Amino acid sequence: MIELKGIRKQFGDHVVFDGIDLSLDRGEIIVVVGPSGTGKSTLLRCINFLETPDAGHLTVGDLGFDVTGATREQILALRRRTAFVFQNYALFANKTALQNVAEGMIVVDGMPKAKAYAKAREILERIGLADKADAYPASLSGGQQQRVGIGRAMAANADVILFDEPTSALDPQWVEEVLGLMKRLAAEHQTMIVVTHEMQFAREVADRVVFMDQGRIIEQAPPAELFSQPKDERTQQFLRKILAANVV
Amino acid sequence: MHALDFDYMLGLVPILLGYLPLTLEMAAAGMACALVLACLLAVIRVTRVPGLNAFALLFISFFRGTPLLVQLFLFYYGLPQVLTFLVAINGITATILGLTLHFSAYMAESIRAAIVGIDRSQTEAALSIGMTRAQLMRRIVLPQATRIATPTLMNYFIDMIKSTSLAFTLGVTELMGATQKEAAGSFLYFEAFLVVAVIYWIVVEALSWVQKWLEQRLNRAYQR
Repeated sequence: MIELKGIRKQFGDHVVFDGIDLSLDRGEIIVVVGPSGTGKSTLLRCINFLETPDAGHLTVGDLGFDVTGATREQILALRRRTAFVFQNYALFANKTALQNVAEGMIVVDGMPKAKAYAKAREILERIGLADKADAYPASLSGGQQQRVGIGRAMAANADVILFDEPTSALDPQWVEEVLGLMKRLAAEHQTMIVVTHEMQFAREVADRVVFMDQGRIIEQAPPAELFSQPKDERTQQFLRKILAANVV
Repeated sequence: MHALDFDYMLGLVPILLGYLPLTLEMAAAGMACALVLACLLAVIRVTRVPGLNAFALLFISFFRGTPLLVQLFLFYYGLPQVLTFLVAINGITATILGLTLHFSAYMAESIRAAIVGIDRSQTEAALSIGMTRAQLMRRIVLPQATRIATPTLMNYFIDMIKSTSLAFTLGVTELMGATQKEAAGSFLYFEAFLVVAVIYWIVVEALSWVQKWLEQRLNRAYQR
């Protein structure tokens, strides 16, 4: 249901990646791992058109188009089918937690305010922040802010949620509550692509782990397989390094 | 040197206060129009609308680069000679027009700076959930930019109130014009201009209090 074909992105002369193919089914959970600077985040941003890919074909749900001739309408339609969770939360600073979650439903989906707020309250309930509905982002902890960020993505009712290193900016004490929420979403079969360095999370939650290095997908496999018998030398090297550092 | 004529000064206060509404009305009208124009110019500058951006730059450059008094004379005395349909323009309208154009040039730059100052990730977040650029501006960027720009805009408003005094050079009997007339009749120039100075001062002080209150209100969302 989500398919990337031959995606290319370059910044100036620097080609970040060229010819990326990736597909996933409804309800599938993919974790993308790899060294920093290999284009994982850029790839994720291309799926949402936060970066404009330079070539390739994108399909999300019933929407498919060639990225080079993408129209405004296609981009907006694509963004309605995808939701994004940012490393630095990127909450709307002028809106309360409740309003952050409801904003998209009101403005993008044109839902009546009362209904949107009711739905937003349900979501806050699910992410355990019902009591923070009227709090502004500045008064929330990093973990709470990121949970609101995830709540905002949930409210978009998207075909896929894209997580861009959602725990990297968090103080260690808040990491668990955010990963916990993501695990609950995974258990509900929310389709997601997660870029992260949390190997334990990948091991527990991913249906498939994708290893990227220097702008290429080196190999992909279910976590049990990829972590225990990585085929490519680069994967082995990366895993040795990161597992030594992480001790999982 | 003579002693201050306090009785004269006290008697002058109610007379001059009668002209305060006109002063405030001109400033309020000028501010309202200038805000709209400044927002427009700022958005043009930020989004670099081709063609319009160059016009905005020229506009801002001209109205910041020339004295307000020159602009007022240009509109009131000069322009009607070229554009004859403007012959009927009165001093009050010309003043409001001048204040609008002059201050919108300054305000556009501070609004632009406020817009640029908003964390780019919020823009991305808004786009990521499918907002259009217009929705992003209206719902996320401008409300926050307003907050950042408010102290500066209030300062421009205060400046504008004081600048309405130039209207008397266009024959408008507002606070300053009325004082001039009173003083010319009584020859007590020091007393008259002291009274009008204090009136301006009190108005501006009162506005500074409003400014503080407004800033506190606008900062509510950002307190930890």
